[in-house]
Formats: sequence, structure tokens, C-alpha cells
Amino acid sequence: MCSRCRDGIAGIAILLAASFGCRREQRNLRPEPTGQAMFTPLKVSNPSSGIAYEISEGQRLYTWYNCSGCHANGGGGIGPPLIKTSWIYGGEPAKLFESVAKGRPNGMPAWGDRIPEYQIWQIVAYVRSLNQQEPSSATPKRLDTIETNPQTIRAARARTGK
Amino acid sequence: MKAAKPALMLALAALSTPRVRAQIQNQPDDGQWTMAAKNYASTRYSTLGQIHTGNASQLKLAWSFSTGTTRGIEAAPLVVNGTMYIVTPYPNVLYALDLARPGAPVKWKYEPHPQPASQGVACCDVVNRGAAYADGKIYFNTLDAQTVAVDANTGREVWKAQLGDIHQGESMTMAPVVAGGVVLVGNSGGEFGVRGWMAGLDAGTGKILWRAYSTGPDQDVRLGPAFQPFYADHRGKDLGVNTWQGEQWKIGGGSAWGWISYDAELDLFYYGTSNPSPWNPDQRPGDNKWTCTLFARRPRTGDAVWAYQISPHDGHDYDAVNENILLDLTLNGRPRKVLAHPDRNGYVYLIDRATGEVLSANPFVFVNNSQGIDLKTGRLKLVDAKKTGTKTVRDICPAPPGGKDWQPSSFSPQTGWLYIPRNNLCYEMQGTQANYIAGTPYLGAMARMYPGPGGSRGGISAWDPVAGKAVWKVEEDFPVWSGTAVTAGNVLFYGAMDDWFKALDARTGALLWRFKTGSGIVGQPVIYKGPDGKEYVAVLSGVGGWAGAVVSGGLNTVDGTGALGFLNAMAGLPEHTAKGGTLYVFSLP
Repeated sequence: MCSRCRDGIAGIAILLAASFGCRREQRNLRPEPTGQAMFTPLKVSNPSSGIAYEISEGQRLYTWYNCSGCHANGGGGIGPPLIKTSWIYGGEPAKLFESVAKGRPNGMPAWGDRIPEYQIWQIVAYVRSLNQQEPSSATPKRLDTIETNPQTIRAARARTGK
Repeated sequence: MKAAKPALMLALAALSTPRVRAQIQNQPDDGQWTMAAKNYASTRYSTLGQIHTGNASQLKLAWSFSTGTTRGIEAAPLVVNGTMYIVTPYPNVLYALDLARPGAPVKWKYEPHPQPASQGVACCDVVNRGAAYADGKIYFNTLDAQTVAVDANTGREVWKAQLGDIHQGESMTMAPVVAGGVVLVGNSGGEFGVRGWMAGLDAGTGKILWRAYSTGPDQDVRLGPAFQPFYADHRGKDLGVNTWQGEQWKIGGGSAWGWISYDAELDLFYYGTSNPSPWNPDQRPGDNKWTCTLFARRPRTGDAVWAYQISPHDGHDYDAVNENILLDLTLNGRPRKVLAHPDRNGYVYLIDRATGEVLSANPFVFVNNSQGIDLKTGRLKLVDAKKTGTKTVRDICPAPPGGKDWQPSSFSPQTGWLYIPRNNLCYEMQGTQANYIAGTPYLGAMARMYPGPGGSRGGISAWDPVAGKAVWKVEEDFPVWSGTAVTAGNVLFYGAMDDWFKALDARTGALLWRFKTGSGIVGQPVIYKGPDGKEYVAVLSGVGGWAGAVVSGGLNTVDGTGALGFLNAMAGLPEHTAKGGTLYVFSLP
């Protein structure tokens, strides 16, 4: 083999090695969007908002899917309260949808593969209604009606003497 | 010194009332505190007497230590070989503090890094009830259902065993007990439809030696030829299946998240199982064995020797997990080896701890949903009008946290009395249809609690176990959610949810001293002799737990059904206390 050829081959080999080396170091700093939204944009509006039937469905599902087990009727317990003025992960409909669908790291399970999307929106509308963020004309009666029974209040007053 | 101890014990025994003795003769008090309940008999009694009724008023803060946490602290500190060990609530950091140096600086800390998602399966705040020491190792449980053994000198992890699955609603919050080289631990999750169990692990390796389920076939419950229950309706094949409908026993609760006592002579350990799941009893017809049940088992095999179901087909969340204090006493002229068990359902049970026979059961709080225990059959006599189900029932006493919850009592051989931290709560409940969704609450109940008769929400009772009645009572505004501990100096210690740590005269209940800590107290006081020979008393302050979740979880009291109905009864607590964990240690000047 001629020396020039040898040099050429060596040169190509070096170039190849160098280029592979370079590729290994390459980082994709700006990946193409997959087309699937990673996060629900904040601007998305709740299709269930303002509709009395949808909100009362949300109230039913809130118990059905055991939301009430952790959050009670909004006062909280195992999970944080949902009647409040500040939210850990945001109180906008889209953020609430995301909390339900994807879960949150400190104990909120991800429900996205267990609850249909339209039902999550109904639950979101109900949770917003707990905070007067839905029209009162579309907001269902509270579920914790055992609180208002006069018989109990009488019994409690008789015991406590107050 | 070693020889002097038994002599001292004998002298004390001679001074004390002879009719009631605690089962602590085989375990002389060396001034340390090596397990949450102080000793296997679970007396939480210290023979130290430097601090006594005459000088307790001079107690001063010796030093303090921040746990860096904001959730409820239900743990007891341990004191072993000049070192104090404390486990925090989630994230369950284990601290070793050097008592031999001024201010007790941190020797080391061990962080198990439990899964953050485990916080979502903790029914009643992310608490931990403490560690246990044996043979150079500290054993404790993590919220994500692991048991860990850590070298007590170095803080190095010796082994770690994953015992449960948070995705099935399992967590672990109880304090282990080590008996005969076996680490005894159980799961939590009665509000999540778990299948309850108690397990025995090899103390050296963490290998699971046995696991005894609370529901299912006899083989799984470890009911073999040695099983001799006292009552007829406890006998029969596979009651852990046959007292349920279909396969409900698989999600039937009965977790073992409470206290364990051990009698070395009989070689039996004692513990209770939790409420059945779901809360709504209409969804689980039958006695639901073996939930709300006391078990006596062998530590090496887990085999049951007897069982007694305290609340068959429970409808009020009356877990039977409370402490069992092992006493030797004379009843009707006969010496008896008993265990004293103040239950959620409002009765103090005296049970023959060799056979499981109920000798007496007397109410220690106001009870209107049962009328005592039929001593022939062992069955709780329920009041029909107060049975819950898929309906609303009002004015039920006691409330789900019971006459007392996990908060442990103590026993003084000096007075012969138990010191019971109490709740005074009633409630109403509306049963609903519960859906089982793995890893989420399985309740089917909306509850609402309120103060019981008299209006105080809790207190302390000094209880004569032989007479079966209270000797004196002290009332508190809030439930007493801390344990009690008592000393040979006749000083009784406990903490209140409105921050006050208190010392009472164990004979009269008179307040001797109090100190306002930084947060409400739901922990367990301990008493120990420091390396300097002085007597100290220590307690972890940090409001929370089920009763204090209103503060530690930042809950909203506009909804009384919050925290499983406890929110309704805790009005005013946020105005009396703030969250934050701190260890306080006191001594005489």
C-alpha cells in the first residue's frame, strides 16, 4: 500500500474516531416537541364549569372515587384541605386537573388512568365550587348535612351544658 | 451496683401495696429507657426517685433539641448507654444524642429516605411511635413500611426489610418490640382496606421468620393445635374467612399498629388488631374475625395460644391496639396473672393473660353504645339504637378515637394504680357505600365528633384495676393525646395538646409543676438516669396525630367531617398551639 493511501486511511480513521467522540458528547439541548402536551396549558377552560348537572356529578364522583376519604368534604384530613385560599400546586382548573390526573409527589395518587377525562373535569368543577369559584346557582348543597341536625345539636348542648 | 438493684426492687416491693405487682421482677430497672413502653410489662414506671412530690416544683429545662419537623410527634425517646435516640415523624430520621457531653450534641443521624408518597396512606398524620433497642442495635419502622436495624454506636445501617406495600395502603408507624431475638412489627392501614398482620423478624439479619395475618384461613392467622381460645364462639375452623362474606377478609383491615407486651415466663407476647375495613359495618356482615382482637402468641413461631375479640363486627372504629399492661394481682382472694387493657370502646379489661378469660371490664369514660361485657360469653352487649350502618346514627359515646386511643397508660406499683390518658368525645355517623380502590381510604362513613359529658375533651384517670374504678380524675380542655409515665417519687408526667408539660402527684392528682413547650404534646414522656447520675425527664413536643392534624396538617375547621370527623371536636386548638418538633429535657437544678 502506498504511503499516501496509508496516511489517507489513518486520516479517515482519526476523523471517524473524532466524529464518534464528538457525537458521544453531543447533548440535545432543545428536543423537538413530541406533539403530546406534557402539561395542561393554564388557558384550557373547564368544559364542566358553570353547569349545575356537571358540578353535581362532580360531587357524586368526589365520594365515589374516595376523594372524600382524604380531603373530607373540603376540610381535609389525610390530604390537605380543599376549602382554602392558597393551593400548593395551583387552584386554576387546569392545575387542579393536572393534580388529579398526574398525582403529586407527597401522597396524591395519579388518577389519569382510572378516571375518564370528562369526569376529572366534573370533579375539578365541584372542588372549585367549594371555594365559591363556580356560580352559586350551579353549586350543589353540601354533603356534610349531618352537621346541621337540630337533634344532635340539642344532644351536644345538653351534654356540654353550653 | 448490679447486686444492689434487686435489693432495691425488693425494698420497693415491700413498701408498695402488695396486692398488685407489675410483671417486671425479671427486668430490673437500670435507669435506662430501652423500649417505648419502658419494659416488657409496659408499665412506663421508673424506679428513680430523685425527683419526687416534694421537689418536682423545682424542675428546670436542662437542654432541648429541634427535630426539624412540623408534623405530630408520638414517639418516646430511648436512652441507652449514655446516648439518647429519637425517631422523627416522616421522613423518620433517627438521631443519636451524646448525653455525656454538655447540651447533648448530635453523635450521628441516620436517614432512611422513605418514599414521599407514603404520606398519602397515613390515616392520622405521618407519625412514628418510637424505636426499640436490643443487642447493640436500634430498630424502628418507616412510614413506607420498612423495618430498619441501625448500629447503636455508629449509626450504620445493619439491615432493612421491606414488609408492606404503600400502593395497597400499607404503612408502618408502631414501635417494634424485641423479644427473644425476634423483632415484632405490624402494619398500619385499617382505614385503607389492608389485610392486617404481625411479623417476627430475625434481630440479626432482618429475615422474616413468620407472618401472622389477622384475617383469612387458620394457617395464615397461625392458629394451630396450640390455639385454645377461652370463649366458644372463638372456636371453629377458618373463622378469619367464615365470619366474613365472600372474600372481604382480603381487604378487611385488622392491622397491628399498636402496642406489644411480652411475658418471658409464659413466653407469650400480646397485641391487639385494628378496626375492620370499611368503617361502614353494613358492608361486611359477620363478626369479622380477627379484627378488634387481642392475640397471645409465641415470639419465635408466631403461633397463637389464645385470642379474644373485643369488638365483634365493630361499627365505631374501635381498634383493639391499645396497651396491655402485665400485672400480677389478687382478685377475689386468688392470685392472677392478668393484663390490663383500656380499650377504645371505653372499658378497662382485666384478662387472664395465660388463658384469655375476661375477669372484669369496667367503663372508664361515658359509654352509651354498649352495656358492659357478658362475662359468660365474653361478648360486648351492644345497644341496638347505637348500631351504625348505611344510615345516620346520632349521639354515640365514645367517638371513634374511643375512651382512649393509642396514647399509652402507665402503672405504678407504689400506688397500685393505672394512669390512663383519656378522650371525652361523642359523635354521630352517617354510613355510605364505600368503594375499594387500592391505596385509597376505604371508609364509607362520615363522622362528626363533639365533646362528651361535662364539656372537657379529655383528661387523666388514676384507675384502681382491682376495684375497677377511678380513684381520681383530672380534666383537660383537649383530649390527652400523650402517654403518661410515673416514677418511684410518685410523680406522674404527661403532656397536653395546648403545649403544657405537667407533673402531678400520682397519689392525689394535684398539679406539682408545669412547663409550656413550643407546641402541643402528643408524645411519650420518659425518665432516665444521666451519665452524671442525675434523674432526667424527657418529652418530645410537636402537635399532630389524628387529634392534632387540624394544626399539623393545616386543616380547615369549616368542614366538621374533616380528619374523619375529629375536626368538629377540635375547635380552638389552632388558637392554642402551633406546629413544630422539639425535644425537651428537664432536671432538678
